[in-house]
Amino acid sequence: MIRGAVRFVDRRSGTAPLLRKALRYLFPDHWSFLLGEVALYAFVVLVATGIYLTFFYSDSTKDVVYHGPYAPLQGQHMSEAYRSVLDLSMTVKAGLLIRQTHHWAANVFLAAIVLHVLRIFFTGAYRKPRELTYVIGLLMLMTALLEGYLGYSLIDDLLSGMGLAIGYGVALSIPFFGANLAALIWDGPFPGGAPFYSRMYIAHVFILPLVIATLLAVHLALVALRHHTQFRQTPRETERKIVGVPTYPGQTPRSLGLFSAVAGVLLLLGGLVQINPIWLWGPYHTYSATNGAQPDWYLGWLIGALRLVPSWDFVIGGYTVVPNPFWGGAAFPLIVFGFLLVWPWVERGLTGDTAYHNLLDRPRDAPMRTAVGYALLSWVLLIFLAGAADRVDVLFGISYSTQVWIYRVGVFVAPVVAALVAYRVCLELQRGERVERQRRGAEAEADAAARRERLAPEPAARREPA
Amino acid sequence: MSKAKEALLAGVVLLVSRLRRKPRLKERERLVATAPPRPGWELVALILLLATAICAAAFIVVYALDRLPRETQLLGLSLGLAFVFLAAALIVTAKRLIVTEELEDDYPVIEHPDEQETVAQLVEESGDRLTRRRLFKVGLGAAGGAIGLALLAPVASLGPVIDMDPFYGTPWRRGRRLVDENGRPWRASDIEQDNFYTAFPQHADREELGSPLVLVRLAERELDLPADLAHFPARGIVAYSKICTHAGCAINLYRAPLFQPAEPKPALVCPCHYSTFDPATGGDVLFGPAGRKLPMLPIYVDALDELRAAGNFDGPVGPSWWGVRLRRPRTETSP
Repeated sequence: MIRGAVRFVDRRSGTAPLLRKALRYLFPDHWSFLLGEVALYAFVVLVATGIYLTFFYSDSTKDVVYHGPYAPLQGQHMSEAYRSVLDLSMTVKAGLLIRQTHHWAANVFLAAIVLHVLRIFFTGAYRKPRELTYVIGLLMLMTALLEGYLGYSLIDDLLSGMGLAIGYGVALSIPFFGANLAALIWDGPFPGGAPFYSRMYIAHVFILPLVIATLLAVHLALVALRHHTQFRQTPRETERKIVGVPTYPGQTPRSLGLFSAVAGVLLLLGGLVQINPIWLWGPYHTYSATNGAQPDWYLGWLIGALRLVPSWDFVIGGYTVVPNPFWGGAAFPLIVFGFLLVWPWVERGLTGDTAYHNLLDRPRDAPMRTAVGYALLSWVLLIFLAGAADRVDVLFGISYSTQVWIYRVGVFVAPVVAALVAYRVCLELQRGERVERQRRGAEAEADAAARRERLAPEPAARREPA
Repeated sequence: MSKAKEALLAGVVLLVSRLRRKPRLKERERLVATAPPRPGWELVALILLLATAICAAAFIVVYALDRLPRETQLLGLSLGLAFVFLAAALIVTAKRLIVTEELEDDYPVIEHPDEQETVAQLVEESGDRLTRRRLFKVGLGAAGGAIGLALLAPVASLGPVIDMDPFYGTPWRRGRRLVDENGRPWRASDIEQDNFYTAFPQHADREELGSPLVLVRLAERELDLPADLAHFPARGIVAYSKICTHAGCAINLYRAPLFQPAEPKPALVCPCHYSTFDPATGGDVLFGPAGRKLPMLPIYVDALDELRAAGNFDGPVGPSWWGVRLRRPRTETSP
């Protein structure tokens, strides 16, 4: 039967040689290589659950009165969009499960991508010949951030409206054409015209997923064409020889198993751990807001940055050149992504290393890169934490404004300290390994010498009687 | 005799092999290494697969039984566990039932100089007949660029790109009543100190950024307004745009000091990024990221003790943009 199927395919497509190669394609093994795969499977879950959600969601902002089963909102005015998500959560069987799984999957998707990027960065996997794979990966991360933001903005509950207001503020703050751009996107000033929600909707369910899927296809194709990178775990792994488990039979059940695990965990989270209980937030109006609002985790760094910038609009003669939210909401992520995008070429310029690399570095093997990575990471992480300063104030009673001032200084100090510490730790680890190698070498030599001494008299003793 | 025997035997073997129709591939050597069977692990995998099936069936049952208590949790648990068991079965299969081969292979060749040269040559030679190549390139560039721009032009239909008037518009004009959420006019006597109130323009769209106000009453001695705003309050009541000038959130926090000497002065605070505005000085920024003061609305109290606008804000409302300081707000003509 297998032969029949293969014959059928080969006779019609001539792909048997390709198929054979694909089955014997090698996957080097290391736990950190799973992170990208987890992101991929979370994306699959997102698409599957997302398609289901589109069957119930309405993108209409028409004002309606709620008469559903949720008593606290009885008789309230709201948009049809918000009501459709309430109905999806309250009356559609399995609707809440799918919606919560979708939301969890989005959070896991972005977490997996971010960890994957960290792995790629700190092991130098982006080096020649894989710069394009890396750049496309970063573009995917940027698209995914926007995609997630649009996702929770579509609901039109209080939190999503506040998020959109901030997004509008950031769009307006783009120098020279921000207001024009925002008017274009929102169809006029905030809260925008009726077409705005259908634009977000089509972007969220079609345009951006298509962009991500296309980038994903190119990303995976490039990975496969250049093969995976690998750690030097044994002397068998070299820059020319890849060592790994073949697609079939080794990798296939592993990958399917990982997919099942990701889907299972996401469904368990979706069913058991509440996320974004939109009925508690109520409908959004431009004049309402709530205290202690926090975005999904992956936008926390932007909230932190928006909050840290001191009161300042850059004005020349009445013309507002740079409105304040630009720094935290646009410049900050652009700097971070811009830096990551050009880094492979910057590093090449600094080290003069233009060689091809199939073997990964351990972070300690490249102290300069590790130091730079830790500087960037500590910077972003600190700003991310600054976004939670209000919660820290509420929970631990540390004054918000004191914290903000600490963070405002910290963002300049922390990267320098982190870089210096990381650099030093790398050197010490290297030195430790050198010492360890020397010790082992000396021990082996001593052992060998001892063995020689023990063995040497024996033949002599044997020789004597002869 | 033995020769005949051999011939007979050969014939039988030939016949049998013909009858059996041995596939040719069977003579090839194995690709995947052999290893002894592991019936114990096979049983484990089978049990896990069975558990998967049971959980998946349970999901259908929970779905079909209408309105169980904790339906979402049971649905998530059953389907989630089905996938978790499947994952376990697959991992057991991968790690225990399939021979894990660690193979070596060459990394792909780095480049193909010959092919590169061929591609470049093909492109170059194809253009040989052109005599004015540079001009031709300019022509192509012009045509392509113009078509690109032409295709992009309709994007301008998405919204009002050039007309900035809407950004300055608010529904406020002299005489317009300040009403509460239910449309009831606010009276000056309703507004108490140490509390804050949301007001809307009567008979106007509440959702636009220029509409909502915050009202607070301050003691006369607390007011410290610049000369051009001195006439804006009415009986100690000050009215500000409720939309934060930083990123457009609604200001919903009022810091009202209950113990004057120790606590900081009254302030309006936005919950999004904690921009903090001083209601006593015309909305100046006390703390936080906002780069512009909060727009203030002049109000007066009419003969019925009702609050009315005395004009428009002293500056455009909402987040800053390039033109926000260039013009004063204007009153929209009501539809």
